[in-house]
Amino acid sequence: MLAYTLKRIVVAFLILLVVSGLTFSLSHLSADPALTIAGEQASDEDIEAVRKLYGFDRPVIEQYVNWLSRALQGDFGKSYHYKAPVVEMISGRIGTTMTLGFLAIVFALVISIPLGTLAAMRPNSIIDRFALLIAVFGQALPTFWFALMMIILFGVWFRWLPISGNTTWAHFVMPTIALGYYATPALMRLTRAGMIEVLSSDYIRTAKAKGLSPVSVLFKHALRNAIIPVVALAAVWFGFMLGGSIVIETIFNLKGIGWLSYDALLRSDLPVVQAIVLIFASFYVILTLLSDLLNAYLDPRISVR
Amino acid sequence: MKNSSPFLRGRQTAEEILEPRPMAKLRRRVFKNHSFLIGAVILISIILIALLAPLFSPHDPYDQDLARRLMNPFWHDKKTNDLYLLGTDKVGRDYLSRLIYGAQISLLIGFLTILISGTIGTALGVVAGYFGGRVDMVVNFIINTRLAMPVFLVAMAAVVAFGASLHVVIMVLGLFLWDRFAVVMRSITMQARDLDYVKAARAIGCSTPYIIIREIFPNVLSSLTVVATVEMANAILLEAALSFLGFGVQAPTPSWGLMLNEGREYMFFSPWLLALPGTGLFLLVLAINLFGDGLRDVTLERER
Repeated sequence: MLAYTLKRIVVAFLILLVVSGLTFSLSHLSADPALTIAGEQASDEDIEAVRKLYGFDRPVIEQYVNWLSRALQGDFGKSYHYKAPVVEMISGRIGTTMTLGFLAIVFALVISIPLGTLAAMRPNSIIDRFALLIAVFGQALPTFWFALMMIILFGVWFRWLPISGNTTWAHFVMPTIALGYYATPALMRLTRAGMIEVLSSDYIRTAKAKGLSPVSVLFKHALRNAIIPVVALAAVWFGFMLGGSIVIETIFNLKGIGWLSYDALLRSDLPVVQAIVLIFASFYVILTLLSDLLNAYLDPRISVR
Repeated sequence: MKNSSPFLRGRQTAEEILEPRPMAKLRRRVFKNHSFLIGAVILISIILIALLAPLFSPHDPYDQDLARRLMNPFWHDKKTNDLYLLGTDKVGRDYLSRLIYGAQISLLIGFLTILISGTIGTALGVVAGYFGGRVDMVVNFIINTRLAMPVFLVAMAAVVAFGASLHVVIMVLGLFLWDRFAVVMRSITMQARDLDYVKAARAIGCSTPYIIIREIFPNVLSSLTVVATVEMANAILLEAALSFLGFGVQAPTPSWGLMLNEGREYMFFSPWLLALPGTGLFLLVLAINLFGDGLRDVTLERER
């Protein structure tokens, strides 16, 4: 188990190392960063001076090692455009993205668990069919287009909700629905399947036979067990939502790190982009590592393989 | 959930990708057994319309005329024109023609992307599955590294680095969306490697490339097609999102994603500029999903 754990941690580090190397070389393939910093009207001497100042005249490998060693100490450099430390820019905005992701996953659960439960209680009923239809169409609906359609409907025609910014809770309503709905088909299906299985199990029959009220059987006995895998899947979706937040935050002008990465890419602000890619990748790698270790702990056969 | 890591959709096992997936079961329940038929009919219609675009489109999709800009589609009362059934965009181009040519772009991106990603993924997967051991370890590492990269963000960065154009978008998506191909091909090749006739081929001294191409490859073809439909839908949606943000296909190309970008500033007064291209995307992706489900039922069931 210990050997397996160590091996997995080493592999996780190697993956992050390769990702950071790829990101770094990719961003240094783009237009001359010295030109970006100095601006369009800068003279050749200015550009040359900037190049020396930032060390762009050094070999790429050396630049990468410098960048990486500082990144490991929590210093991602300064934004080319805003001249502010990247760490500050990100830490000031990550709360918005996390709030959005959290709200979106809660929204998805609030929709999918009751709908999935109702569908499981009466398979092939109208509610069941309705839930299925929502899921099938939801899968083919492009997230960003759904967001735009909501803006037209609720922001412009009915004027119920603000369409841009993040000053009040009302600003989060549409982004939450846009980001959250995409997770509902998968979560709803899992709830439905789990509930159908649990409702036909022996202990539910016993509970009914004991004369417990249907409400108590459904909520205290059945749902409690069926919900565990649903929550596990919801955690996975939280990870995907970081990626989805780029489009949604841009559409709603919600200034989290999704919006920040869009803004940084528009301005070729490389330090910001590199930092965000590395953060997203680390998030993924750590989640994977934890889940693998958890699985290995629960099922020791895995670590032998 | 079985034992598979619950944290990653990306790290599905081959069985999870190929089994009639939960969503597929859902769709089948909605469409009964007609999903293949419905999907195929919509998909083939869209492909035909795209291929015969010059015949179907009433106007040149690039022909601008500011005098007739932002004409309303036929269901409006005012400012409509019989010549422009679905109206015109902000520079007076016929919207119907642009929608028709937009199908070409989406399909082109879908097909070319899976051609590239399918080749990369199949090569990696078959090699890993056939040779096993260290080769397999290396390929696994490559797959996991690819999965750790946030696709959308890195695709945007790559488009910035290499310049935004149709070619770059196709290359970038092709270089990114191969992971499912690799996972599935690896697992199927592993099983096929130990089949009797493959062992026999090895015993009579056939060369490794011959065995891989002639004995192993025919085994993986049907699974390959199924994965291809999943990735094609994926590529089409990603391109639309990239183009919508301005990191994809560039004007004046009639890409549905780009049309959504261009229509955005007129969403308050001409919402149909946004409604129509999105409907196109929705129908195409729905058709590919249904078609893929049907294909999976037909081909994979027969093999068992």
